[in-house]
Amino acid sequence: MKILVPVKRVVDYNVKVRVKSDGSGVDTANVKMSMNPFDEIAVEEAVRLKEAGVATEVVAVSCGVGACQETLRTAMAIGADRGILVETDVDLQPLAVAKLLKALCDKEQPQVVICGKQAIDDDANQTGQMLSALMGWPQATFASKVAVSAGKATVTREIDGGLETLEISLPAVVSTDLRLNEPRYATLPNIMKAKKKPLETVKPADLGVDVTPRLTTIKVAEPAKRSAGVMVADVAQLVEKLKNEAKVL
Amino acid sequence: MTILVVAEHDNASLKGATLNTISAAAKLGGDVVVLVAGAGAVAAVEAAAKVAGVAKVLSVDSAAFADLGAENLAAQVLAVVKAAGGAISHVLAPATTFGKNVLPRVAALLDVAQISEIVAIESADTFVRPIYAGNALATVKSADPVKVITVRTTAFEAAGEGGAVAVEQVAAAGDLGLSKLVGRELTKSARPELGAAKIIVSGGRGMGSGENYQKVLEPLADKIGAALGASRAAVDAGYVPNDYQVGQTGKIVAPQLYIAVGISGAIQHLAGMKDSKVIVAINKDPEAPIFQVADYGLVADLFEAVPQLVAAV
Ligand SMILES: Cc1cc2nc3c(=O)[nH]c(=O)nc-3n(C[C@H](O)[C@H](O)[C@H](O)COP(=O)(O)OP(=O)(O)OC[C@H]3O[C@@H](n4cnc5c(N)ncnc54)[C@H](O)[C@@H]3O)c2cc1C
Repeated sequence: MKILVPVKRVVDYNVKVRVKSDGSGVDTANVKMSMNPFDEIAVEEAVRLKEAGVATEVVAVSCGVGACQETLRTAMAIGADRGILVETDVDLQPLAVAKLLKALCDKEQPQVVICGKQAIDDDANQTGQMLSALMGWPQATFASKVAVSAGKATVTREIDGGLETLEISLPAVVSTDLRLNEPRYATLPNIMKAKKKPLETVKPADLGVDVTPRLTTIKVAEPAKRSAGVMVADVAQLVEKLKNEAKVL
Repeated sequence: MTILVVAEHDNASLKGATLNTISAAAKLGGDVVVLVAGAGAVAAVEAAAKVAGVAKVLSVDSAAFADLGAENLAAQVLAVVKAAGGAISHVLAPATTFGKNVLPRVAALLDVAQISEIVAIESADTFVRPIYAGNALATVKSADPVKVITVRTTAFEAAGEGGAVAVEQVAAAGDLGLSKLVGRELTKSARPELGAAKIIVSGGRGMGSGENYQKVLEPLADKIGAALGASRAAVDAGYVPNDYQVGQTGKIVAPQLYIAVGISGAIQHLAGMKDSKVIVAINKDPEAPIFQVADYGLVADLFEAVPQLVAAV
């Protein structure tokens, strides 16, 4: 059984991004880039399924600029067997990525696609669901537990009220939540090994996909800053302020 | 122009998030039609028909919606949009785990973009949404014939009650049979729901254990009628269930008062609560970033300060 894992190159989660002064976007020049944390969890889960003998091959896919190769190497250092880069300089939106992934699913025929539930740059939370719809497959989003066996997956999902467990037929799309697993650190030998794993590059046109953006960003602005607060000396002063100044108690 | 709101409900009652979504829909300036797709969701249908600003309710009753699975729901929404023959210009749902699960599927089936978690409406095709954990606000314009949108509920007021409008029964699109619900473990609590609470008391890793969390924070929440929340670290450590998590990847809240106890204030946590009206932080580390967004900061050991607070309020 083959598992496909899409991975996105994003601004590292520790970086506090700055809005460009001309309002055209956020400044990503000279900023640390990493694999989207949710995608790391997805790669880890796929690799664990392979280690458990459930999966036979883990294929990592990244869509975007040439530097996404690094993200694919990271996925291969965690344990993915090979990588596919869909290379383009176009600003890819979730629908376009879902279509690229559909084209690759048609070709690669994975039984499971495991992807991150959202990317921490655009915070869209769409691609997995869109891919699943385009394929006509079931989906299990926001997964905190995944078990795969004989043509089906049992997935526990984090929902607003608590947890929900679904049984879905395969092939299917699963999207990861934070508590699914804790990704391993790639060891130096595995980082070296990853450099030798196969990495294929294709273009959106090779896959017959039109990736033209549907949404135009008109401007990007900084959110309103909160006005400076005060430090209180003790609980008595805090209560006094909350009652008489803020009037929230 | 018709705006279709996909109602969130649990087959028993209409969820509050639907009311905020209806307010957002009303701002677009068209007829607001609410779709309630459920199995025996009679009370939810009746409640939807009484919401102010709603022109009509579409009710689809089928066992296919008993589990509220995304696959069948998305197919139903697609059928409704197609049947309207171009009259539906927008499809809206709350940006809850329900809406986030279903709406991208709808968008893909319609071959249009989805616009996630809008916080403001500039015009019928231009919307504002947070990106990078709320560190930036993007204004985006859609060129698609149908705008499929999830709505951040804290950014729009809940619609009130109006007169009862007509309910139209719609035929069910059928059961795709792709997914089966095995079970749900829902957190039961007599406290207010996080999303709708006026006051939230939230605990972080500083609580040290689930037992401490209960012993220290519950008396405070009980005394001031607050909902309970948590940071990711507190959830990961198993102090509290996952649905307590506030933040970029948890719940977005904006209560009148948010009391952060033993929470450092990572950007991912701030993303979920920095629109609260008044923020209080109690932390023993004077350098903790949470103090940068707090209206009132108290540098103290929470195990001393919180019991004092319980006694003083
Ligand atoms: C992809 C991604 C998504 C994330 N999403 C979220 C999210 O949605 N929500 C979220 O919250 N986090 C999220 N995080 C995690 C986030 O980065 C932080 O790790 C987390 O918020 C830290 O939780 P904390 O403040 O409880 O713990 P810590 O950062 O460990 O802070 C604990 C605080 O408690 C204080 N403290 C300790 N003991 C006491 C005491 N006795 N009295 C008073 N104060 C005390 C300490 O001074 C410290 O400031 C996410 C991270 C990633 C990478």
